[in-house]
Amino acid sequence: MKRKLACRSGMAVAIAISLASCGGGTGVGNAVKLQGAGASFPAPLYLKWFKTYNGSHPNVQVDYQSIGSGGGVKSFMDRTVDFAASDAAMKPEDMAKVEGGVQLVPMTAGSIVLAYNLDGVPSLRLSREAYSGIFLGKVTKWTDPIIAKENPGVKLPNEPVNVIVRADSSGTTFVFSQHLSTVSPEFAKSVGTNNMPNWPAGTRSKGNEGVTASLLTTPGAIGYVEYGYAHSQNLHMATLENKSGNYVSATTDSAKAALASATLPPDLIVWVSDPVAKDAYPIVTFTWMILYKKYDNREKLDALKSLVAYGLTDGQKDSEALGYVPLPDAVVSQAQAAVASL
Amino acid sequence: MASTSDITRAREEVTAWHPGQIWHPPSTAQKWTDRIFRQLCVVFAASTIALSALLVLEIGVKAIPAFREYGLGFLYRATWDPNKANYGILPEIWGTLYTSLLALLIGTLFGVAAAIFLSEGYLGEFVFRVLKIFNLNFHPFWGKLPIRVEGVLKTLIELLAAVPSVVYGLWGLFIVIPLIRPFCNWLHSQFGWFPFFSTDLSGPGILPAVLVLSIMILPTITAISRDALVAVPSKLRMAAYGLGATRWETILGVLLPTASRGIFGGIVLAFGRALGETMALAMLVGNANRLTLSLFSPANTLAALLANSFPEAGAKEIPVLMYAALVLLAITLVVNLFGALVLERAAVSAEAK
Repeated sequence: MKRKLACRSGMAVAIAISLASCGGGTGVGNAVKLQGAGASFPAPLYLKWFKTYNGSHPNVQVDYQSIGSGGGVKSFMDRTVDFAASDAAMKPEDMAKVEGGVQLVPMTAGSIVLAYNLDGVPSLRLSREAYSGIFLGKVTKWTDPIIAKENPGVKLPNEPVNVIVRADSSGTTFVFSQHLSTVSPEFAKSVGTNNMPNWPAGTRSKGNEGVTASLLTTPGAIGYVEYGYAHSQNLHMATLENKSGNYVSATTDSAKAALASATLPPDLIVWVSDPVAKDAYPIVTFTWMILYKKYDNREKLDALKSLVAYGLTDGQKDSEALGYVPLPDAVVSQAQAAVASL
Repeated sequence: MASTSDITRAREEVTAWHPGQIWHPPSTAQKWTDRIFRQLCVVFAASTIALSALLVLEIGVKAIPAFREYGLGFLYRATWDPNKANYGILPEIWGTLYTSLLALLIGTLFGVAAAIFLSEGYLGEFVFRVLKIFNLNFHPFWGKLPIRVEGVLKTLIELLAAVPSVVYGLWGLFIVIPLIRPFCNWLHSQFGWFPFFSTDLSGPGILPAVLVLSIMILPTITAISRDALVAVPSKLRMAAYGLGATRWETILGVLLPTASRGIFGGIVLAFGRALGETMALAMLVGNANRLTLSLFSPANTLAALLANSFPEAGAKEIPVLMYAALVLLAITLVVNLFGALVLERAAVSAEAK
């Protein structure tokens, strides 16, 4: 009896194995697996794209790990991934180290907002002097004349300004500190542009979600987060003064206006660190996918090209709902041309 | 030494397995399994040591460039500014020791108290008395309740160790901080001249980190202390009672000193955990490089610094972080060595008595 059973199960296993190998055999022929890693900021959008793309191209499987811009660039240089993503683009000296060349492609854009937690203050206007002063640790009270001047009629509490910044190294911080460095020469001199600068003020929280949590729980707090995080948690966002002196709140239109002012150089890396347009929101950035110029595997290259092309065209429709800014048409066509040339 | 009766029993057992043969030399197969097993044990034991040695070596080698550049000044400088390549970890060293020691103080107080409560049958007695009111104290089911309740409480405390640190961090962020903020700010406004209260608590800071950390190390202290207290021979307890000592005198004068070695071991282990705790602290301590005595000010710890900086560290920053990791390792090592030394001393003095 026992023997019979063993015999049967043995046969079943054999059949299963042969079936599995058959299935594998037909799949291996044209299945392409793409590995990516990098920025966490565009990750929700990318994951949505990859899922939708996989729906229409079941043979292409994309695995994206949001380990942060720096980590993505590092893995890209070590050639452990097929593509990377970064908010802080890629340093020229790093690009020079990659054999065969690197192509950066702007995929989407986003605004960084100053969110705050003040009871009974649904809208707040911050001049360039005010918000750079806050992050320099010079404006320490909400009743400071620099803030009060621009907010007549708003009852500002006599509380300390609790500045909240990112504790971890991040592309968001890079973009924000770059903007502050452009706006305030003093910030450029004493703090400077970095993924993790030595902030003179405030407590530090880990990640966009950590800053959002601190903003939610700390009265009198102000901090910088990606628009999507502030929006989903219903945080109040300050209206900021832009270069032409207008006060602009973060919307898709104002971000688009900021992006429109940028002209992409041939390497497609441009910083919109201080847009001049009248109705432009001041802190907007592109985020990039980083591709090799040469791939050994033809199938991989084709899959990647079509994936990026999908993101640049149909994918842009998803961006607004998730809190990102669709790319201007001029940028899309330039990016498409760059991808086609690979 | 085995007594004669043991040998007889062993002989009987052997006869039972091998009828008709009282003893036999180990077979070749037995010899080989023996030898292989021994070698295997040696390999595993050696690989554990080799692994830690490799770890230290790896970190050490990677830290060499930073060591050459910053030397010992790294340990007493107070800025961390990747922009200007200016690194120092004094605030982090201070923050690590300050938070761990404070957490250890609170954790030990509550942990040992809980261990006494659990090992001395306070809870059991209370439940027994409640049952007595209902005349159920010798009931076949309810009568077992006193022992069961103690077991449940012990398991509950040990379960605290199973809660992931992220959960502790979130709990601290959303519950502990808002809860203690009014009180802390009141303390600051009334006693701001006192160095411990010299800043107000805006959000993350030393005190919330310490409170959460002390809860995290509580199960270690309680579980080990309880085992040590239970292991105290009951004749000591009885002798103390016999000499007319009250319960308190027995606990403080006899039980705690006798169990002190085990309790201290638990404290050292807990200190190790507190020093290395990363996630919850990174979320709660505020991560600001400040050297401060104030309980309400944000600070930073070595583990939190490493966790925050590593994921996106550039090629130049990694050696510096490795150096910081080496310092953390050294601190943990010193603490453990110190703990072992004190344990040895305690053992010697206990035997001398």
